Amino acid sequence: MRTIKLNASVTASNDLDAQALRSRMKEKGVLLVNIMSSAGSGKTTLLSKVITDLKDTKIAVLEADIESCVDAEHIESLGAKAIQVHTSGMCHMDAGMTAAAVEAIKADNVDLMFLENVGNLICPAEYDTGSSLNVMILSVPEGDDKPLKYPLMFSKSDALVISKMDTLSYFTFDLDKCVSRVKALNPDIKIFPVSAKTGEGMDEFEKYLKACLKDWRA
Amino acid sequence: MHEMGIIIHLAKTLDQTAQEQNLTKIGSVTLQVGEVSGIVTDLFVECWDYFKKKHEVLKDSVLKLETIPAVTWCNNCKTNYETVKYGKTCPHCGSGETWLVKGNECVIKEIEAE
Repeated sequence: MRTIKLNASVTASNDLDAQALRSRMKEKGVLLVNIMSSAGSGKTTLLSKVITDLKDTKIAVLEADIESCVDAEHIESLGAKAIQVHTSGMCHMDAGMTAAAVEAIKADNVDLMFLENVGNLICPAEYDTGSSLNVMILSVPEGDDKPLKYPLMFSKSDALVISKMDTLSYFTFDLDKCVSRVKALNPDIKIFPVSAKTGEGMDEFEKYLKACLKDWRA
Repeated sequence: MHEMGIIIHLAKTLDQTAQEQNLTKIGSVTLQVGEVSGIVTDLFVECWDYFKKKHEVLKDSVLKLETIPAVTWCNNCKTNYETVKYGKTCPHCGSGETWLVKGNECVIKEIEAE
């Protein structure tokens, strides 16, 4: 037996898949946006609002869940192309799974493609999915202490959407405290407090998505 | 951190290495695991022993783990300190302007093979 030095990242095979997917999306001019959050934070509701508002932008959604098709059916009813990905128990999407979903949805002619990752604040942050924009959602009812408990996802995301702002008066959620905790982990992160229900703050978030798409195609 | 997911990627990487370098048998795999990588090492070894059987080249391999101590840099007083003991706040000056320098990685250091 001989010793072979590797010094490779343990997820090297995933990193290669992710890079390959990113270059394919760059060629097609499609911005792949990875949406991460815990279950019930309002990922599908936020995307529904974005689809309804951005009529001039072609949107497709990859819905990753452990089971069921309810989210994909709802997104399709709004006129966007959607595909349901079943992870069969896996708690996150990796680049290989994402690439297979991108292939299967056959939606080349789109501007924004959202990957709705599995609802979970832990593992999805560990895997590069091949997306070029990572957006995390934290809903007001979850509490302002989540950046302290799950720091990795906050430090890996390009943008944070604080959702369900219309419920702020019912919870002891301190927005300023939350923002400063997040900024301590990730000084460059963009933060958007929104309510997809009332429309509050959605305009800023949608402008941000459009600006990111423009940069991606530049 | 999802141990099974990492093992699947690790096995895939090693399978590829074996093909590229014409290896028929991997005897051991040494992984360096950061103290704050979130990997549960006991679970990791169990996952490995279950999963290695699915790969001919890996089936008799042993997984060896080395720990990488976590170190945080304080940008205020320009010193390093132990992450696990003190967390995000610098023990020297109390500043919160600190960054993890190492300790969240998981690296395949080397393999023994023929």
